[in-house]
Amino acid sequence: MEEKAILDELRQKFPAGIRETSASPGDEVVVIEKAALLEIAAFLRDGRDKFTMLLDLTCVDYAGEEPRFEMVYHLFSLSRNRRLRIKARLGEGDLRIASLTPLWKNASWLEREVYDLFGVQFEGHPDLRRLFMYDGFEGHPLRKDYPLRRRQPLIRLKE
Amino acid sequence: MTEVRKKRPPAGQFITTQFNSLLGWGRKFSLFQYPFITACCGMEYMSAACAHFDIDRFGAGWTRFSPRQADMLLVVGTITHKEAPVLRTVYDQMTEPKWVVAFGTCAVSGGIYDNYAVVQGIDQIIPVDVYIPGCPPRPETVLDGLLKLQEKIQHQDHDWRWKKKRS
Repeated sequence: MEEKAILDELRQKFPAGIRETSASPGDEVVVIEKAALLEIAAFLRDGRDKFTMLLDLTCVDYAGEEPRFEMVYHLFSLSRNRRLRIKARLGEGDLRIASLTPLWKNASWLEREVYDLFGVQFEGHPDLRRLFMYDGFEGHPLRKDYPLRRRQPLIRLKE
Repeated sequence: MTEVRKKRPPAGQFITTQFNSLLGWGRKFSLFQYPFITACCGMEYMSAACAHFDIDRFGAGWTRFSPRQADMLLVVGTITHKEAPVLRTVYDQMTEPKWVVAFGTCAVSGGIYDNYAVVQGIDQIIPVDVYIPGCPPRPETVLDGLLKLQEKIQHQDHDWRWKKKRS
């Protein structure tokens, strides 16, 4: 019941930003346009349900599809004990999306991780550097087209 | 190794070989270890080091957290390419004589992590004396590996001559 309510509210509030919604028990998903991300996220955080917690932020590479990448955000409402998932598709030609660091501080490192492993550019991120891989590492290793056997050692390896 | 043992030394070298053997005996029972622990194998290392399995029974009880004071480098866990220079530095900082043990499948060969991040066996970076297999190895396996290393040290040609440095 409640799930329907929040999804309906989102659809009414952002008719242009919402692409589709689906709800199965305990699993509410909103697929949005990436341009609307920041205002939808701000509404969810400060709105009635108070999704004050960003649980996770990650990316999926659907190689061969267009748009190729999909950002996935998991939100949690402490006051209502509910979760919500936001998805936004990113085309390979334009890998830019708004950063959520103004809303949730922990988005900073999560976005650095996604930038490091997938190469998504977060606009408005205060310090977008690699998080896991080292300086001088070329490419983004979690993309499906990163060569499986490609190694980039920092020191000379013995055969 | 057994071949080395059976080989008769030239007559004049009797004393030096005996001294070599004495050095080996002394060194194999006073191994100071530097545990380079990066992953879950560390739990088995702790288990082997603590009272229940008690690695101290075999003369390797001293854990030194400075490579300068250690002569046995235990590489326990996955080594990534990002970490490889650190391991190399630690190895270089250790003083001779020194021995390296690859502890667990990841250190031996990279294990299941055949990907962009992980070094496929630490012998690509530093020389290794003993490989201990297992994911993670049982403490008994660790002790067995230690005994293997001790046997190696006992029959090694020790560089004890103070006048000349090996290579």
